[in-house]
Amino acid sequence: MSVLVGNNTRLIIQGITGKEGTFHGQQIRDYGTNLVAGVTPGKGGEKALEVPVFNTVKEAKDATDANTSVIFVPPAFSAAAILEAARAGMDLVICITEGIPTSDMVKVNHELKDLPTRLVGPNCPGVISPGKAKVGIMPGFIHEPGNIGVISRSGTLTYEAVHQLVSAGLGQSTSIGIGGDPIIGTTFIDMFALFTDDDETEGVVLIGEIGGTAEEEAAQWVLDNNFTKPVVAFIAGQTAPPGRRMGHAGAIISGGKGTAKEKINALKSAGIHVADSPAEIGITMLKALQS
Amino acid sequence: MKIHEYQAKDLFRSYGVTVPEGYPAFSVKEALEAYDKLNTETVVVKAQIHAGGRGKGGGVKLAHSRLEVEELTNKILGMNLVTHQTGSEGKEVQRLLIEEGVNIQRELYAGIVLDRAARQYVFMVSTEGGVEIEKVAAETPEKIIKEWINPENGFTEKQGEKLAVKLGLANGQISSAVDIFTSLWNVFSELNCSLLEINPLVVTSQEQVIALDAKMNLDSNGLFRHKELLELRDKSEEDPAELLASQYNLNYINLDGNVGCMVNGAGLAMATMDIIKLTGGEPANFLDVGGVANAETVANGFKIILSDPNVKSILINIFGGIVRCDRVAQGVIHAMDTVNVTIPVVVRLEGTNAKEAAELLNNSSLEFLVATSLQDAAEKAVSAATGGHQ
Repeated sequence: MSVLVGNNTRLIIQGITGKEGTFHGQQIRDYGTNLVAGVTPGKGGEKALEVPVFNTVKEAKDATDANTSVIFVPPAFSAAAILEAARAGMDLVICITEGIPTSDMVKVNHELKDLPTRLVGPNCPGVISPGKAKVGIMPGFIHEPGNIGVISRSGTLTYEAVHQLVSAGLGQSTSIGIGGDPIIGTTFIDMFALFTDDDETEGVVLIGEIGGTAEEEAAQWVLDNNFTKPVVAFIAGQTAPPGRRMGHAGAIISGGKGTAKEKINALKSAGIHVADSPAEIGITMLKALQS
Repeated sequence: MKIHEYQAKDLFRSYGVTVPEGYPAFSVKEALEAYDKLNTETVVVKAQIHAGGRGKGGGVKLAHSRLEVEELTNKILGMNLVTHQTGSEGKEVQRLLIEEGVNIQRELYAGIVLDRAARQYVFMVSTEGGVEIEKVAAETPEKIIKEWINPENGFTEKQGEKLAVKLGLANGQISSAVDIFTSLWNVFSELNCSLLEINPLVVTSQEQVIALDAKMNLDSNGLFRHKELLELRDKSEEDPAELLASQYNLNYINLDGNVGCMVNGAGLAMATMDIIKLTGGEPANFLDVGGVANAETVANGFKIILSDPNVKSILINIFGGIVRCDRVAQGVIHAMDTVNVTIPVVVRLEGTNAKEAAELLNNSSLEFLVATSLQDAAEKAVSAATGGHQ
């Protein structure tokens, strides 16, 4: 079945005529994703990547019955783009953009609480259901269709995990990068809830990193909801010093909170298999499935 | 981006937050001019560095005369101030704030931070001012009083009153407290702060509530809206190699080890540091070269890593996605030609066109150690750093 994106995805790209939108839009299309339209204010009526361009998301939705949007607009305009897509009634909005002010995302998340739209990101690689749809910037060819769900706060480290899974003979149902910012839409917990009901998903890989408490909350959820599919986790940043932001705006140990050690302890006490080394993510999942 | 206390207090004044009168000083002359301008018996000489705990470290002193100001300025200016936040190496004091002394009745704490789990900003106050707030949070969390801020309404007067009452302020002090809380929120929200801390916030013997200290961090993602604030950046507070990296648009953090690493992506960069440690080595740095690993970014990465004399080997770990590994390999070869690299370089390229990349590296006349997996790469780099490889 896969989750979030798949054969039912009808995708629009916000910012389709920009440099990033054009480049990644082409890759998204080439992967076989059902791209139905693009949006760039002022360029309505034109064509890009062989699909019609509209001035607004509303117009694009009315004309094409799109249900999913991926956002490639600059940080200053991203909050408005997310809200526009949500107000137009998109089911799923995936924001790739990096560098959005935190206060903008506080406001966006507040408004989204009252809307049915799900947001993924920002500052994330997006979502892929291998063989069906790719809505993001991840390299499609490294993935294989299969039964492992992947949830990650990272980009290239997710690709590394996927590569290890494929090397171990394990394909993926859906792989998602939820983003490296302090405030994001879809969380680890949201994804566990979705994977619970997905028959195709037989195991879950969680790639976390230092900062915040999202991994601890996920561990508690797994425990409370008696999630029975095997879960393998890796936490990046075991060697990171406190008080320093490790690339991602959200990856920082502050006030003694958000350390890898705390996260690993929480995950282990929820019965999650924690890979000590980033080189052992694939093999740990293989063993977890066999036991 | 961090700014100094005196800069934050200047911004506070323009938003109506009451702070003591004070002037920055970069020399003894300026310190004495500040003293004359203040025209008061007791002043405070405060070291301006981007770290907390300055008082305990000896960077904040009272002076009761012109002579004392001169003596203290001579002593503090140029000193290496070590606090619990600077690390053992400390930070050189290059600026002072000369401020009027204040008669303190009560010391409180006020702060605004992001509550990531609640996805809202939270206004925090405490009766335990003047001490490390992390300690209060850990030992007596009930002494931290919180009000979450609804992004639609902002921080309200009602919330301000609630906090003031819970702090046990007297009737005559409440309106002064509400004013200062509201103004602090205005500073925070209008300037896109990521952190605002007043420790201590004091009640003076004249029943006034004022900000005696100010710690202010700006959200670097919000600076495009406030270009004027970029002038407040004090580059002398930053590690020279990290500063150089930021000019190249690279994300670099200097660490204590001897295995340099160059990686694409922050998560993979952290994971690479972790595996170096697990393999028995110590990472010398965090370095994310970002999405474009070409000859130029790799060459710049080399320059930055090699500026650290402790580095004994370099591990390049690139997961090629949209970026093709053969291109990255060409970039590495080209960069090695332009930058004089005399220590072992281990290269691990995985993903798009990884095979072609390995051939290019193996056929090059330059000396690379080509690794086939993450584990193999870490072992080769650690062994090279410890002299195990010849």
